[in-house]
Order: sequence, then structure tokens, then C-alpha cells
Amino acid sequence: MDNIAGSKSSLTWAVHISVVFLVAAWLFPTLGLFVSSFRTADQIASSGWWSSLTSSEQNLTLRAGAPDTAVQEGDLFVIEGNLFALEGVPEATVANWGISARELGAFEPGDTAEMRNGSLMTVEANGDFRQTSETAFEGRRGDRIFLTAAVPPDFTLANYEQVLLSGDSTDSMAKAFFNTLTVTIPATIIPIVIAAFAAYALAWMDFPGRALLIAFVVGLLVVPLQLALIPLLKLHLGIGIGKGYLGTWLAHTGFGLPLAIYLLRNYMVGLPRDIIENARVDGATDFQIFTKIILPLSFPALASFAIFQFLWTWNDLLVAKVFLIDATGQTTVMTNQIVELLGTRGGNWEILATAAFVSISVPLVVFFAMQKYLVRGLLAGSVK
Amino acid sequence: MHPAFAGLVTIVIGVGGCLAYFWLSNQFLDKVLFPARGPNAGRNINRANQIRPWLFLFPALFALSLYLAYPVIETIRLSLTERVTQSDGSTIYQFVGLANYAQMADDPKFWEAMFNNMMWLIVVPALSTAFGLLAAQLTDRIKWGNIAKSLIFMPMAISFVGAAVIWKLIYDARPPDASQIGVVNAIYVGLTGNDPVQLLTVPFWNNFFLMIVLVWIQTGFAMVILSAALRGIPEETIEAAIVDGANPFQIFFKIKMPQIMGTIVVVWTTITLVVLKVFDIVFAMTNGQWGTQVLANYMYNQLFVTRDWGVGSASAMIIMLLVTPILIWNVRNARAEMRG
Repeated sequence: MDNIAGSKSSLTWAVHISVVFLVAAWLFPTLGLFVSSFRTADQIASSGWWSSLTSSEQNLTLRAGAPDTAVQEGDLFVIEGNLFALEGVPEATVANWGISARELGAFEPGDTAEMRNGSLMTVEANGDFRQTSETAFEGRRGDRIFLTAAVPPDFTLANYEQVLLSGDSTDSMAKAFFNTLTVTIPATIIPIVIAAFAAYALAWMDFPGRALLIAFVVGLLVVPLQLALIPLLKLHLGIGIGKGYLGTWLAHTGFGLPLAIYLLRNYMVGLPRDIIENARVDGATDFQIFTKIILPLSFPALASFAIFQFLWTWNDLLVAKVFLIDATGQTTVMTNQIVELLGTRGGNWEILATAAFVSISVPLVVFFAMQKYLVRGLLAGSVK
Repeated sequence: MHPAFAGLVTIVIGVGGCLAYFWLSNQFLDKVLFPARGPNAGRNINRANQIRPWLFLFPALFALSLYLAYPVIETIRLSLTERVTQSDGSTIYQFVGLANYAQMADDPKFWEAMFNNMMWLIVVPALSTAFGLLAAQLTDRIKWGNIAKSLIFMPMAISFVGAAVIWKLIYDARPPDASQIGVVNAIYVGLTGNDPVQLLTVPFWNNFFLMIVLVWIQTGFAMVILSAALRGIPEETIEAAIVDGANPFQIFFKIKMPQIMGTIVVVWTTITLVVLKVFDIVFAMTNGQWGTQVLANYMYNQLFVTRDWGVGSASAMIIMLLVTPILIWNVRNARAEMRG
């Protein structure tokens, strides 16, 4: 519609560029975490994640082969090998090299340098070196070579192994992952079941006080859950539930219900009246109408709420901290685990980034797979 | 028992229990209490139908009352009491009037939290709505708009804690001689040559660095809602404006904006509600240090660190009071809508 009346303006380019800029700005932070989770601790600490995507010039200090690896070739003692392979660092291309820290890059690849002990050293671009001497090599360790090398992008899955498989209790997200799942699934399904019945009653059954109840639900939509923390913790401790999954499910159910009822009622009210009245005339009970007609028809609204509730419970920290996690820490969830890592391993970005990415990957998958329903739910929930 | 298996069993029991309640209670009503047969069949059906709504509503009402309505009342009560441990080890709650509120009003941390919260309340909804409106307006005009939208919307799925980690990496500062791995400091040091700054400890401005995280998350929400509203604008009004020679900016500000004002208000209030409850971001990033305290985190501290339930409840009541105008407004709107 903006293209009518010859308004295909020069603004089009500006629009494209602005959107590219916006998207980049919004994507950049998450991308940083994602890329960092595939880098080693050293890489993260030595350069920004953005520089890891391209080959980077790095100064490396590597040791040539140790004296005891020398072989005798006629009169010469020779040490041969590959600098990168010896030190176990990923292969790179040598730009230049030197034999002392003060003279970085004194030699080109292929040049031969005279070392302090009189031996001759040659380093090739691929890191192969050949050190020769007329006398036997002495000492325990090889000579140091100072390289400037173009290191290609290098990524590792080691962080994920550490976080998911190592079983190290401070870093491990595996248990927290299952705990989160254990919290999330019932806390998503139970409120849906409860709210669907209530929403049907509020939408299609006649009884005194219905309007008041709807207002009650709308009012509770905005009550901050902060208010519920102490009274409910007191209640849970008082009736013996204590801290645990049961209390957490109940809390999530209670906190999720207003939105669930509100969304589902709004949707159900919009279903065609004829279908329901025909079914009534045919002698169907409300229970049958609900299970056979309303529930299948309400699938989009149910899906919308399910996504909301799933995201909310998966991402929740406060409810888990108050109602679930006890002193033993056996029932920690991922968000809490990450906060603890922030405290104990604040500088270890490789662990933090990986743990955080493990925790946000599931919501991201759900988000991209079911975005349609999420948007629909948002629209039903806020635009009237 | 393996945790995954234990989880599975509890899931089955929890969900199964729920479904069983509805099925059994309806069976009981129809087959045992008021069976639709025998001499009173007609009357029984009527009676059953009078009771059924409450059967359907009972679990929801029970949970709502217990988990949301009762805590409001109880929090009011707790905010007026002091927890006293008696000599025999039992605790009683002694009525102390407004002493908790007075104690809170004397706490500079509380006023810091209030002041910061007010800044959050202005900045976050305003920026989120503005960026959301911009993104909505721009993406609606291009072919790949839907992809762009979904990428801007994506942070919505990320937990506040995850977002805190993401942004801590962005704000990270290394010692001056090391290469900077946080993008903000990398640019800052690169451009100015100054020493890197620990951004989260810079007084006053660190609040804004925290707010950006929430703006980043909420912009997608605002964009989605406002984009739908923009598409709902009748085309005739825009065509008429184009015929009259309005330029794109005039169309946007004079024709489109006024027509979606209602939606903008809804978006604004929804984000306001999120802001009032913001806890995770501050808790994970600064825990209220360096002058970044907010009400929700202040409350959490009072409850679980200081363990002063009275003051904690009092600060929860402050959050409730701030929410109340929106609550009243929502309820009135809902009632007006039902009548209309």
C-alpha cells in the first residue's frame, strides 16, 4: 500500500539498511554468547569473539623439539618436527618468526637463523622446523621460537563436554537440565488442564457471579508474584510440602492460571454458538461438549498458552529459588546454576557461555518452531 | 532412582491426577449424585447443570484464591507485624502497626531502589515501545520483514538470567594492557585510547546498562503487537493522505500513530508491569550493588538475606501499590467490554 501513487521512494534503501542495522544489533549479543561457547578459555581471554570468525594474526611462543629427540646425520645433530604439532596447537600459517622476544618477526618463513647456542634453525610457513648443530644438543627443553601466525578460525566442542558430560558437580548442567524439565512439563500441562475447564465455564455456562469472576481473573493478571513468596512459603512449610517439586508446580500453576483462563476464555467465547447449542439439543452434556468440541477447536489458544507457560517456567529463577531449591542443592535448575556460576566462575567465560547457551537453546527451538502460536497468543492477550 | 525417571513419574502423577479429578467428579455428579434416570431425572439434570460450573471452576478458583488472592491479604498482614521468636522456640507474629514501613523509609537502599525503579519505569517502556514501533513500521515494508521480525523477537525466548550472561560478556572489561573481549570496551578503548571501564560499577549510568538488557528483550514484544495494529489501520485513511500529498513521515506521525494510540498504551502498560517485577536481571548482574538496587531485588534481599519478613512484605506492598492503578484500569476495561 505504500507503493501506490508513485511513492516507491528513495526511502526504500534507507528502510532496508535500517532493518539490517536493527537486526544486527539485536542478534549481535546472542551471537557473541553462541560463538564464545565454542572457544577455549585461552581464546576467549585473548581476543574478542568477533575476531574468531576470521583468521587472526596471533603471536605464539612455541618450543622446538627437545634435545633428546635429536638424531645424528653424519657430522650433524638434527632436530626436526612441526612446531604446531609438537605443542598440540591448531595448525596455522607462519607470517614471520624470531628467536627472541625482543626481535619478533626478524625472519621470514624459510629463513635460517643462528641460535644463541650456535645451532642453525629453519622454520617453514607450515610450522615445520629443522635445527642443526655440529655439537650435541644440551639441556632438557627445546629452544623457544616466537611466531606471528595467521590462525584460522578454530572451534571446539570441549566446553559442551565439560558442561554436559563431565559430571563435575560445579559445572554440570546435565542434572539442572533434567530438574528444569521436571519443573517445566507438569507446570505447563497442569494449569492448561485446570484453566481450560474454568475458561469453558466462564465462557459458555450460565451461573450467578460469572461477570464478577471474570473481573477477579483480570485483576489477578497483574498481581506481582513477589507478594506470594512469603505467604506461600509459610503455607508450604506449614502443611508439610516444604521445598520441592510439588510446591513449585502448584506455585507455577497458581501464577500461570490468570493468563491461561483469560486467554482461553477470550478464545472460547469467539467459537460459534451454533455448534455448542446444536450439541446441547442433541443431548450432549457439558463435559462431552467440552472434551469433544471445545478442546479440539481451542487448540491454537491452548498452544499459545502452553508456549508462554513453558517459556516462563523454563526461564524462571525466582519461583525456583523460593519454592524448589533447598540447602542440599540437589534440585537446582539451570537458571540458578548459571547465577551460581556467575558467582564462582565469573571469569570463566567458556563455562558460563556454554551453560547459558545450553539453557537458552531449548526455549529458542520452541520459539522458532512455534512462533506462530506465540504471536497469536500475544495478540489475543493484549490487543482487544 | 535416576532423576529423569523420577521426574517422569511425578509428571504422570501430577497431570494424571488433574485429569482424573475432572473425569471422576463429573462421573460422580452424573451417575451417583444426580443420575439422569429414575423418577427425578429431569430435576436431577437441572441440578447437575447448576453444580457443574462450580465443578469446572473449583480447581482454578481454589488455586487462584490460594496462590494469588490469599497472599495479597497475608502480605498486608505480615507487613504490619514483626516476627518474634519466643523463649520456647515458637514464632509469633506481633502487630507493630506501620513500624516496618517506617523502618523501610529510613533505609537509604529503599529510596535508591524506588528512584531506580522510577527510572526503569520511564526508560524501559519508552525505549521498548519506540524501538518496537520503529521495527514494526520498517519491517512491514520489506519482503524479508518476517525474518527480521522473528530475529528481533527472539530475545523474548531468552531467560533474564541468560540475557544477563549475554550482556555481562558485552560489558566485560579486561585490564588495560590485555585485549578487550567485551565489545563495548573494545570499541571504547579502540576509539579513545582510554583505559577500559568496569561498566556495571559506573554510578548512575550502570542502571541504564541494566535497562538496555530489558529493552533488548521487550522490544520484540512491542514490535509484534504494534505491527498487528499497524496492519489493522484502514487503508483508505493512508491512501487519502497520500493523495493529499503527505510524505511518509507525516503519514506515520499524523495518520498512523493516532490510530494505534490505544495499542501503544496497552504495550506500554504491559511492559510497565514487567519492569515493576524485574528481578532476575539485577540479581544476576549486580545484585543491587553499585547503586543499581530495584524494588523486587530489595524485597528479595529483605526476605532471604536479611530475613526480615516484615520489611520484605512492606516492600512487596509497595510493588503492589504501584501495580494497583493498572489493575483497576484493566478490570474496568474488561467489565466495560463485557457489557458492551
